[in-house]
Amino acid sequence: MGDVRSMLTTYRHLVGAKIRSDWQYRTSFVRYLLSQTVVTALDLAVILVLSEVVPSLGGWNLSQVAVLYGLTTLSFGLGDLFVSQVETVATHIQLGTFDRFLLRPLPTIVQLPASEFALRRVGRSIPAIITLVVALSMAEIDWTVDRLALVPMTVVAGTIIFGAVWVVTASISFWAVGAREVANSFTYGGGFAHQHPLHVYSRWVRTLLGWILPMAFIAYVPAVHLLEAPNPLGIPSWLALTPPLVAIAAVVVARTVWRAGIRNHQSTGT
Amino acid sequence: MFGYLRAYILIGVAAAGGGEVAGWDEGLMVTFAFITQSLLAGTGAFGEQELAERIRSGDVVVDLYRPVDVQLWWLASWSGRSAYTFGSRGIPPMLLGAVVFDLRVPPDAATWIVFALSVVLASGIGFAIRFAANLVAFWLLDSRGVDQLVTLVLTFFGGLLVPIVLFPPWLEAVARLLPFAAMAQVPAEVFLGLHPGRGALTALATQLAWFVALLALGRVMLGAATRKVVIQGG
Repeated sequence: MGDVRSMLTTYRHLVGAKIRSDWQYRTSFVRYLLSQTVVTALDLAVILVLSEVVPSLGGWNLSQVAVLYGLTTLSFGLGDLFVSQVETVATHIQLGTFDRFLLRPLPTIVQLPASEFALRRVGRSIPAIITLVVALSMAEIDWTVDRLALVPMTVVAGTIIFGAVWVVTASISFWAVGAREVANSFTYGGGFAHQHPLHVYSRWVRTLLGWILPMAFIAYVPAVHLLEAPNPLGIPSWLALTPPLVAIAAVVVARTVWRAGIRNHQSTGT
Repeated sequence: MFGYLRAYILIGVAAAGGGEVAGWDEGLMVTFAFITQSLLAGTGAFGEQELAERIRSGDVVVDLYRPVDVQLWWLASWSGRSAYTFGSRGIPPMLLGAVVFDLRVPPDAATWIVFALSVVLASGIGFAIRFAANLVAFWLLDSRGVDQLVTLVLTFFGGLLVPIVLFPPWLEAVARLLPFAAMAQVPAEVFLGLHPGRGALTALATQLAWFVALLALGRVMLGAATRKVVIQGG
């Protein structure tokens, strides 16, 4: 237990230092924050544009798709804020600077996100939260206690699942250093894909981005139950309660893959 | 991956619209998703910072006293890279798309020729915009914000997210008035055969006009910048 506490203290110090240093360049910080917000809002603009043209996508109306956008983008934004920095491992391996992380008495999986922490990434979550709140109030949901609890639970589990996906895809770099773009197409691709109902995609996309990388549990599965939306894939409603279990499983897998990666790691020797 | 995702979403849109939206059927939508993906890298849609970096570090001085025109020098370097990226990063998305979908490829040589010219001009416009955006570094030192802004506006108004024909009419009109459509939407439409006959000439002429106008803008900015530049030592 003491271990965990000292780890958290170190994490807090590292992140705090990073935030203070970013804050030295305030204009730059604010500009980046805004650009992150606008990038994310563009995806919302797409949904709005499409809803002008056709009343529904895959049978889901605007407010239902907007709920999906809100859930996915919020989880993605939080994952981006806290975990996505693991992808810099590719650069560190290439430059040989990863060895430094290995020498320090803190797990690499904690060090990387902490030392590359960037508060400006919170910009992604801003349009997501606003959209989620507005869309949930517009979506004519039959609010019950369990449905109310489902929303924060989904966001937390979703963030963890996205984080795990980031760790797993970043781990590819231990075996193939140049594979960062492949990794990005899964993380960013997933973040984009799940803003729309899963059933608009073909089977192989659903299998890969929905179930193998279990990102269907980030928004689509709980949303089907929450919104009582058209459900052509026949997702049973009990599945809506499983995201926390999926999150735990995802963390276990991510941890195993990351460790295997580190064992496989051969320094460049510089 | 993004090509596939956008293709399926657009198929969903076409289906919801009863097979056709704004006169675009599924085949057009799918091909559009992949052809725009192919155009991304070659037109510099991901941003370009090399010149701005040289301005920041002062290396630009070397560029300024070379006995060649600065803008043409950079255009030449851009053209070479762009030609290579069209091959290396432009062809794979179309091939990958063709594995799963029946893509609509131009039936006649004439369309291919117009398309080739249109792509060259699109790349040229891409250069002219980025050149001007990079020159902002003479005044701001850090022009990354401007570069990002260009990328964002291009992504939306160039039709790289959804074809601008799906925009509400007033927004499409705005998009058509901006140079960004000429970088992605227009070459894609040419590829899809939506500018037949004389329409092709109009499309190319508009692109050429933008290319020239934006080059001129870059030239004016360069003139203003070189008058104010102060060289620190040697």
